[in-house]
Amino acid sequence: MDAFTTLTGIAAPLPMANVDTDKIIPARFLKTIARTGLGKSLFANLRYREDGSENPDFVLNQEPYRHAEVLIAHENFGCGSSREHAPWALLDFGIRCVIAPDFADIFHNNSFKNGILPVRLSREVCDQLMEDARMGGNARLTVDLQRQVVVRPNGEEIPFEIDPLRRHLLLNGLDDIGQTMQKSTSIDGFEAKQRAAQPWLYGAPQQEERTAS
Amino acid sequence: MSATKPRTLYDKIFDAHLVETLPDGTALLYIDRHLVHEVTSPQAFEGLRMANRPVRRLEGTVAVVDHNIATDASRYTGIDDPESRVQVETLEKNVAEFNVPYIPLTDARQGIVHIIGPEQGLSLPGMTIVCGDSHTSTHGALGALAFGIGTSEVEHVLATQTLLQKRARNMRVTVEGELPAGCTAKDIVLAIIGKIGTAGGNGHVIEFAGSTIRALDMAGRFSICNMSIEAGARAGMIAPDETTFAYVKGRPHAPKGEYFDRAVEWWKTLPTDEGAVFDKEVFLDAAEIVPMVSWGTSPEDVLPITAAVPDPEAAADEARRAQLRRMVEYMGLQPGQKLTDLKVDVVFIGSCTNSRIEDMRAAAAIARGRQVAEGVRAMVVPGSGLVKLQAEQEGLDAVFKEAGFEWREAGCSMCLGMNPDKLKPGQRCASTSNRNFEGRQGPGGRTHLCSPAMAAAAAITGHLTDVREIAQGKH
Ligand code: SF4
Repeated sequence: MDAFTTLTGIAAPLPMANVDTDKIIPARFLKTIARTGLGKSLFANLRYREDGSENPDFVLNQEPYRHAEVLIAHENFGCGSSREHAPWALLDFGIRCVIAPDFADIFHNNSFKNGILPVRLSREVCDQLMEDARMGGNARLTVDLQRQVVVRPNGEEIPFEIDPLRRHLLLNGLDDIGQTMQKSTSIDGFEAKQRAAQPWLYGAPQQEERTAS
Repeated sequence: MSATKPRTLYDKIFDAHLVETLPDGTALLYIDRHLVHEVTSPQAFEGLRMANRPVRRLEGTVAVVDHNIATDASRYTGIDDPESRVQVETLEKNVAEFNVPYIPLTDARQGIVHIIGPEQGLSLPGMTIVCGDSHTSTHGALGALAFGIGTSEVEHVLATQTLLQKRARNMRVTVEGELPAGCTAKDIVLAIIGKIGTAGGNGHVIEFAGSTIRALDMAGRFSICNMSIEAGARAGMIAPDETTFAYVKGRPHAPKGEYFDRAVEWWKTLPTDEGAVFDKEVFLDAAEIVPMVSWGTSPEDVLPITAAVPDPEAAADEARRAQLRRMVEYMGLQPGQKLTDLKVDVVFIGSCTNSRIEDMRAAAAIARGRQVAEGVRAMVVPGSGLVKLQAEQEGLDAVFKEAGFEWREAGCSMCLGMNPDKLKPGQRCASTSNRNFEGRQGPGGRTHLCSPAMAAAAAITGHLTDVREIAQGKH
């Protein structure tokens, strides 16, 4: 996973609430077995017309937003299914940060795990940032995770909250599996205790599967 | 936390699975059961392989294919769609390589992961259960903590049998009173989502409580917890009781004999303590529930079947007006149009929300002795091979076939546009599934969510129909 420290780039305004994961990446594109290559299908139903050509009205088909690294949206971004293809598609397109008033829980989690920073800011601030973003290539937004601020093109700094552990992992590009594996003694201990208290949870389903038939 | 402080069902299961609390308060939570399917697992196994890590606890893991497969006989001769085939083959390769227990397509027990977990007794009260699928919330109906995870987390659980979790907030939805005739668990949950919205449960785990919920059979409880995610909550739960224990008893992987009795002893300690505090409470009077149907493209856009399509211009703010206009347009509706005037092209009875034997019976009761309306394609897709077998033993397949319904093999089918069962652009479908997002059942498809009985009624009349009228013999 790539570390996230500070990002300065083009932001694309997407003034929509409840952007669900089916919108971000429709189910028909989930059939990949790799994590990359989904960027071209990002927002496919909005981005392409039925004949497959680009819909010029959609923001990511316009300059300079084709090169957007930040996406600004309205409430409840990422609701719907648990598909991690949603952050993969965003990432593969080049988006490293999504700013919205709030996020659906699973998407929020999945973003961090893939090196995308979800930033919660009030609806008013999001609207203001969208206005900035509409100034196009002249309006670069800076997202500084180290200092926990979003810097508007006019230099105004807007602070945001973030979970300290998540921030640490993201700043250092750390994989949390490796971290957890260092706790294997605790996990062994938990299993031994649970096995004594609830022995029926152990042995299934493999052994039973064999003896049952 | 002191042992005497009243705790919720969620708190108790969470505490019982706490391996360690990290300095910043994040919990390392032990996972008892991990269900794996073909869509969200390939990249997780790929990650293990790359890091040279084994699956930590094989006996806690079970894999099955459900999303990509066809639900007709063609599934046994191979999958046509090359990408679907690769996903299924990849899962088979991965389970063989990592030695993960697997229920193959040819096994009678195969089915939708959220149907077969409970059916096989793989999902039990008091457990932590995860799966790379948001409708894992279904299993919470057993009094378990069950939630969907992303692929990175699938990899994390495969490697460590644990997850890093923040404690969620507690929310309780209480439904009291007797459910009116013609209404089902599906109508309850649609009414709840209509009331609290798709973000209503964000950050919370919902416990469903009250006399109406307690009176439901397990099938109904599964339908309700299934759609917790549509209410924004990662998990939904219902306290285990005698209905739960009777359901679990005798299932293939359920504890047996003395172990069962010991398990029940523990399960009985799980229900929320008197005086436990919920961060959010919602109350619903069952008497106010009517058969519900969704009209828009978000599960919160539901209405009683007796209502009419709302007028977008009547909404309070411009953002909402724009959203509603888009919905009305996408769904091909006119403001003010009666919902019962909407003609359907397709009827889909199935999905992890409503494909249990009880759902099959409810739909068959409407279909019996009637005929599917001309021009309507009506399909019934049981949730598992075993549900299918049982329905056939009860003669329900004959009822459906005589009425003109297709009787199909188990799988996710038309719940999502990922296998051959898809809507065509512009087609309108009465569906017992859980999501009505744009394109969910196929690009351009129009979904109306409802109960199995309501879907069957729509198949018979050819338009969205108040099932109570069928019961009164009006059709
Ligand atoms: S039936 Fe639908 S909601 Fe359920 S697991 Fe399958 S695709 Fe997901």
